[in-house]
Amino acid sequence: MAGNSDPLTPRAKLAVTAGKAVAAASRAAGRGSGSVIGGRVALKLDPDLLARLAQHLDVTLVSATNGKTTTTRLIAEALKAAGPVVSNALGANMPAGITSALAGGADARYGVIEVDEKYLVGVAQATEPKCIALLNLSRDQLDRAAETRMLAENWREGLAGTKSVVVANCDDPLVVWAASSSPNVVWVAAGQMWKDDAWSCPSCGGVMQRPGDDWFCGECGFRRPTPSWALSGDHVIDPNGSAWPIHLQLPGRANKANAASSAAVTAVFGVPPQVALERMYQVQAVAGRYDVVQFQNRDLRLLLAKNPAGWLETFSLIDPPPTPVILSVNARGADGTDTSWLWDVDYTRLTGHPICVIGDRKLDLAVRLEVANQQFQVCDNLDQAVQQCPPGRIEVIANYTAFQDLRRRVGN
Amino acid sequence: MSDNQLRVVWIYPDLLSTYGDQGNVLVVERRARQRGLDVARLDVRSDQPIPTSGDIYLIGGGEDRPQRLAAERLRRDGGLHRAVGNGAIVFSVCAGYQILGHEFVNDLGQREPGLGLLDVVSVRGEGARCVGDVLGDIDPRLGLPPLTGFENHQGVTHLGPTARPLAQVRFGNGNGTGDGTEGAYNDTVFGTYMHGPVLARNPLIADLLLKLALDVNALPPTDDRWYEALRTERIAAAEQPA
Repeated sequence: MAGNSDPLTPRAKLAVTAGKAVAAASRAAGRGSGSVIGGRVALKLDPDLLARLAQHLDVTLVSATNGKTTTTRLIAEALKAAGPVVSNALGANMPAGITSALAGGADARYGVIEVDEKYLVGVAQATEPKCIALLNLSRDQLDRAAETRMLAENWREGLAGTKSVVVANCDDPLVVWAASSSPNVVWVAAGQMWKDDAWSCPSCGGVMQRPGDDWFCGECGFRRPTPSWALSGDHVIDPNGSAWPIHLQLPGRANKANAASSAAVTAVFGVPPQVALERMYQVQAVAGRYDVVQFQNRDLRLLLAKNPAGWLETFSLIDPPPTPVILSVNARGADGTDTSWLWDVDYTRLTGHPICVIGDRKLDLAVRLEVANQQFQVCDNLDQAVQQCPPGRIEVIANYTAFQDLRRRVGN
Repeated sequence: MSDNQLRVVWIYPDLLSTYGDQGNVLVVERRARQRGLDVARLDVRSDQPIPTSGDIYLIGGGEDRPQRLAAERLRRDGGLHRAVGNGAIVFSVCAGYQILGHEFVNDLGQREPGLGLLDVVSVRGEGARCVGDVLGDIDPRLGLPPLTGFENHQGVTHLGPTARPLAQVRFGNGNGTGDGTEGAYNDTVFGTYMHGPVLARNPLIADLLLKLALDVNALPPTDDRWYEALRTERIAAAEQPA
């Protein structure tokens, strides 16, 4: 561990200092946290900096289509029971942002790092993690991202033979395909509501059979592995069969699943599940997600949902009708510019809720809801939408940049 | 159509339902019901036989390997040929469009036979992937307003003599052949590269499919104001790309 010998070379130290200076300048100029630009400068000065920074840490990488920011927070909180933790808590999850985050954690023992799906293999090679958590894979931003199955293939090839303990969701066939090239996998039955990216066997292309919670390929024998950890209602079942209650401030089934995976990860570092789960209660809103804010005498709950799987999980956690729902969708670069995915979301689940739509692509939402035979109102902006709703709770569901717009408007 | 029930068949959602093209099925269903029709929707997985008695068949887009698997299974099944022989209407998008042609290039880089229901041949484009909003003028014979859609493909599709281009693009790539054509059709089989989904962006194409299936010249009007608003916005976006 850190102590006697300084792990950083003079060049690496210079790179860290330069990166921090640029980040500070970027912050001073009002351009966000500066972590990404700072990390870019630092990596330019020392391309191996990420590897060097990770050297003195026990690293955990977290990747998935959905839930990686929250799960990173849950693991980081729980691991603090074992020692100081450094983490890219703000969600800057590509190499520059990760480098910048680690540069700020010279005294840490553990690194808990969220990684963008496309960068997982490279970051794993650089950081030699003790543990890699793989939560789920589903369609997301198909106009600019790799095909979902190709991503699973990329993970599978890149992680083959890894020394890391891979903690993987056995309920997602694509994740199982990706993880099963690794010699040391801890399977977690974390569940997955969205199934529509895994009807075709990733191994042979056969049609997947999915009776109840089980799944298997009828043609090649690729099947759901037996989990050692499981989410069961409000409890995590550990490998000994003991059930530990989950208490979270975060809502929804998906976050319970994230907690179950997090408990399996922290167990790798010797933190018992009851200790880990107790600490996870500390985690409140993550980068504004799930936050309840007061706005114009209403309580707005801000929910981020970026893709069909995310919307499905989100619909399952909102308050029942007649709680009003505001939907906001943009299609800027960071969202993906194709809105076709809205048609993979089942909006009939909103039946009975008063619905307002806002955002750059509110007209796509309007047609989508019209075809789903829902009642809705098209509003110019958040203020107008909120005024349509009576005082009390409003569920506000938005995709990525629409969510950022919301946070700015409500001052969150 | 028999016994007053419109049968809408969605082909292989397990393989070809990646880009929201389920929306085309939903739009056809919705607009048929708004006209008082009784609609039976049949989702046919790729391990099930294609029924031959459907009225409208829809096929969506998908990734490269699922496209090959779908072509293999549809060729083996043979049901879609029989359905077209029975006078059924087929509407296909992107990967599904390529499958309906004579051949396309599969995920292994090999020429894969299609179903030959449309006189087109698809190859892989050499240039950049075609991604973005598209605006085009639909073949005047069809009497429809401009085509709007979102394309996302690498394929290039060449039309043979018995296929007519569905549209001529004003903005965007369409078939990618450089002559501005987009999509293809014959009497009963249609293909397009447009997502969006295309029938949500162009509800009158959905109505055309209904009219062909019902063998009528007109349908009762529907309240299309949100479709119209969306069309106006997307047509402007295609004319002035960001």
